[in-house]
Amino acid sequence: MKKKHLLFATGLTIITSILLYFLLTAIYRLPTSASAEAGPIDQLFHIHFGFIAFFFSLIMVFVVYAALVFRRRPDDETDGPHIHGHTGLEITWTVIPVIIVLGLGVYGTNVLVDITAPQPNEMVVKVHARQWSWSFEYPDYENISSAELILPANQPIRLEMDSEDVIHSFWVPEFRVKQDVVPGRTTILRFTPTQAGDYKVRCAEICGKQHANMLAPVKVLSDQEFTAWVDERLAQPLFAELTPEERGEIWYSAEGFGCAACHSVDGTQIVGPTWLGLFGREEQMDDGSTIVVDETYLRESILNPNAKIVSGFNANIMPPNYEQRFAEKQAEILAAEGVEIDIVEDLIAYIKTLNE
Amino acid sequence: MKALWYFLTSSFTRGLIGQAIFTAIGMTFVNAIRSVMGLEANAEPGVVFGALLGVFGFLLGAGVLTDWIKWIFGKETPLRHGPPQGKPEWTRYLNVDYNHKVIGIQYGYTSLLVLLVGGLFALIFRIELAQPGMTLLTNDQYNTLFSAHGIVMITAMLLGVGAMVNYLVPLMIGAADMAFPRLNAFSYWVGIPAVVLILAGMVVGGWDTGWVGYAPLTFRAPLGVQLFLLGFYVNGFSSIAGSINLIVTVATMRAKGMTLFRMPIFVWAAIAAAIIQMTATQTVGVALLMNVTERAIGLSFFNPANGGDPLLYQHLFWFYSHPVVYLFILPGLGVISELLPVFSRKPLFGYKWIALSSLGIALVGFLVWAHHMFVAGLDNSLRIPFMISTLFVAVPTGVKFFSWVGTIWEGKISLETPMLFVLGAISVFLIGGVTGPILGTIPTDMHLHDTYWVVGHFHATMFGGFIFPFFAAIYYWYPKITGRMYKESLGKLHFWLMVPGFWVMSLGQMATGIMGMRRRIADYDPALGVQNIHVLITLAAFVIGWSVLIMVYNLVSSARSQELADPNPWRSRSPEWQIPSPVPEFNYDVPFEVVGDPYDYGLSGVAYIRMAPASGD
Repeated sequence: MKKKHLLFATGLTIITSILLYFLLTAIYRLPTSASAEAGPIDQLFHIHFGFIAFFFSLIMVFVVYAALVFRRRPDDETDGPHIHGHTGLEITWTVIPVIIVLGLGVYGTNVLVDITAPQPNEMVVKVHARQWSWSFEYPDYENISSAELILPANQPIRLEMDSEDVIHSFWVPEFRVKQDVVPGRTTILRFTPTQAGDYKVRCAEICGKQHANMLAPVKVLSDQEFTAWVDERLAQPLFAELTPEERGEIWYSAEGFGCAACHSVDGTQIVGPTWLGLFGREEQMDDGSTIVVDETYLRESILNPNAKIVSGFNANIMPPNYEQRFAEKQAEILAAEGVEIDIVEDLIAYIKTLNE
Repeated sequence: MKALWYFLTSSFTRGLIGQAIFTAIGMTFVNAIRSVMGLEANAEPGVVFGALLGVFGFLLGAGVLTDWIKWIFGKETPLRHGPPQGKPEWTRYLNVDYNHKVIGIQYGYTSLLVLLVGGLFALIFRIELAQPGMTLLTNDQYNTLFSAHGIVMITAMLLGVGAMVNYLVPLMIGAADMAFPRLNAFSYWVGIPAVVLILAGMVVGGWDTGWVGYAPLTFRAPLGVQLFLLGFYVNGFSSIAGSINLIVTVATMRAKGMTLFRMPIFVWAAIAAAIIQMTATQTVGVALLMNVTERAIGLSFFNPANGGDPLLYQHLFWFYSHPVVYLFILPGLGVISELLPVFSRKPLFGYKWIALSSLGIALVGFLVWAHHMFVAGLDNSLRIPFMISTLFVAVPTGVKFFSWVGTIWEGKISLETPMLFVLGAISVFLIGGVTGPILGTIPTDMHLHDTYWVVGHFHATMFGGFIFPFFAAIYYWYPKITGRMYKESLGKLHFWLMVPGFWVMSLGQMATGIMGMRRRIADYDPALGVQNIHVLITLAAFVIGWSVLIMVYNLVSSARSQELADPNPWRSRSPEWQIPSPVPEFNYDVPFEVVGDPYDYGLSGVAYIRMAPASGD
């Protein structure tokens, strides 16, 4: 009598486990796998799915079976059998899980060590994160700077990542791996993209107002396409050969200083005032005064953003350190091209073009 | 009219007025000093000082501190116990009262109210998430709502733990009250200004840091973040005072013959939870205060620009905030273990294993915090040991599941509402349990970290480990508290709406996470293909919301019914069911003596307690 129920429930557990495993893999679909790391990681996913299916079925089948079969009749006031426990069973269901978690731990360690190991021929890409944009720099190719992450397929990559403000997190779901980008230190992420195609970096750590929109395009190219892209970028004119307006547009983009994350050029209001028609506009300040936007005001607002706040916007959002960062970039250009430029003037020149 | 007057003169109202006055005093004081010193205008230090002083003002206004202040001046105060003089009975619950049962009920209704507020926040942003694009809210509103949802729900659960522990533990161990009744009242009342601070933070600009409040994002968030951090901090006083009180009570006030392994199993769970509360809360308090002061007056701890380290905050924060989830689930699992034998008419299977597994979970819980930081930049040599310790949480948790199955197997099960909620809790906590190890192994966590998989897993552990058992406890002890029976049909309706609703919600959340849905985002990429699932999640969330309202209606309307409940409707062996309902003012007219085991169902003629007064002392 006792044996019958146990056998029946055990059989049901086996059937449910198998069904549940297939259901899980059907519903819980991982994104396309586009990196070498996705292989061993996805394998570990499926091992976990197996354990999930088995243990969920084991407990649920026995609980539901008991709730349906061992019911008290309404007029039955007697109690069930007086069973206090079973030391052998308790030891069994302690020891077997210990073995399983140790096994998972060892397996997980192996996969982790495998996917984080340095590769001999890594290509380094520097990743700079800021509220709320990404930019990428290629030290192996004369420090090309890009707002898109362009990578050659089947080339081991080492990302060296830093943040200018708060904690962000680099995640491309198709590559599976994820790493926080922490201000004040450089974090490393290694992977090898394998599938050519278009993906997106998605910031995975809450980083403020525009966190949801902190995305950057990722393109994985064939070797030839990648070389062509590098050549094209290297053939671009020197900063000295560009007009201030053209340079200003670069500084404005994510590739430059990421102004675009907060200031639109089409009139939409993001976090800061739009730059469309800004020059010469009369702005109402939060202390009630009004100001006509001119060069002096723009320079002050870029270098010392909390000095004057336009009514309806918040102080302490824009980083106050642009003077230093511009100086670094200007020194870099002076060293490379022998010309002195003023990034603030470039930006003001660009803003003036936005008055039609 | 009279009722309004009682309300306006209650501790609750006086506390709020005191909080407002002292906040204003604190702000004026700091701003006056600043203007005398000629410092630039900055409202923030004043707001911080005012907020802290306001908490003191609340306690003073409510009268929580009155007895202690009198003691300082050498005046003796009798411990006033009993129903209020010349006022209706219900005013007791709005005023400072030292009876543990009154305090337990105060915790209980406050917990439910705060739970409804947090749930309302969730429903609002679930509407936003039902479709891509910002349709209902702005980014700022969304961020504030999800951040507030987190901390408000955590507060609700802390209050819920307080409700169960305060009401039940003295009754179960045969004590007349808690060891320190005044401290007990303090623990409850200090939570109210904390909730006020958090809600006020939403008004003064809100905040966008989530409930974790990571630095240095907190330094760039709107002003509301300060009130949130301070509200969180003040909650800690409640936890620490409450846990010390509970540990002393259980250690010194047990009935004669109640050895450790003859305590009701819920008491074990409460003790394990109290140990966590007493030892971990200080760490998060320090972290929050460092965060507040760095932002308000520029002390440097976490900001790398000033030589600080952002990961330091995460270590301090998670050293408390990981164990705190066990603090919620341990009492919940204690309720499951407490109710299963009653509704299965069988002894609890492996009592000692279940009791010790609670301590095991509490201890292992202290060694796993860094799994919240698996992708934060820790070296492999650090994160691998944390991976192993994290996976080990599954072992004592598994012992509980298997022992529960052992308890109901071949029992004589009846499925009244409390038992339904216990079985529902097992199913939901099981979902949370089995989806945990995949987050514990780092390679899979690198994909799932900070995605909706975590959201689904976490909600399953919290609902299964706390909310479902809490509701089971409310239904189960409702006739004990009120002397009246809830409406069984409405209870069942609540269950059959909430369980499938929750399954859809949490399984759906996990599905979107694995597909690439990040957590804490106001808007999502339609290209992920998750919109249909989000619609389902939103619908499920509303079903859950409605079902909880049905429970609230049931509790309120049944309390007014004339029909009295049977003194022991569940035929339980536990001591609190051997006395009349509602429980008399001082619990047991005569002390009882423990003469047997608590869960000896199926053995006739063997009692757990004997009511005759013990001879000698």
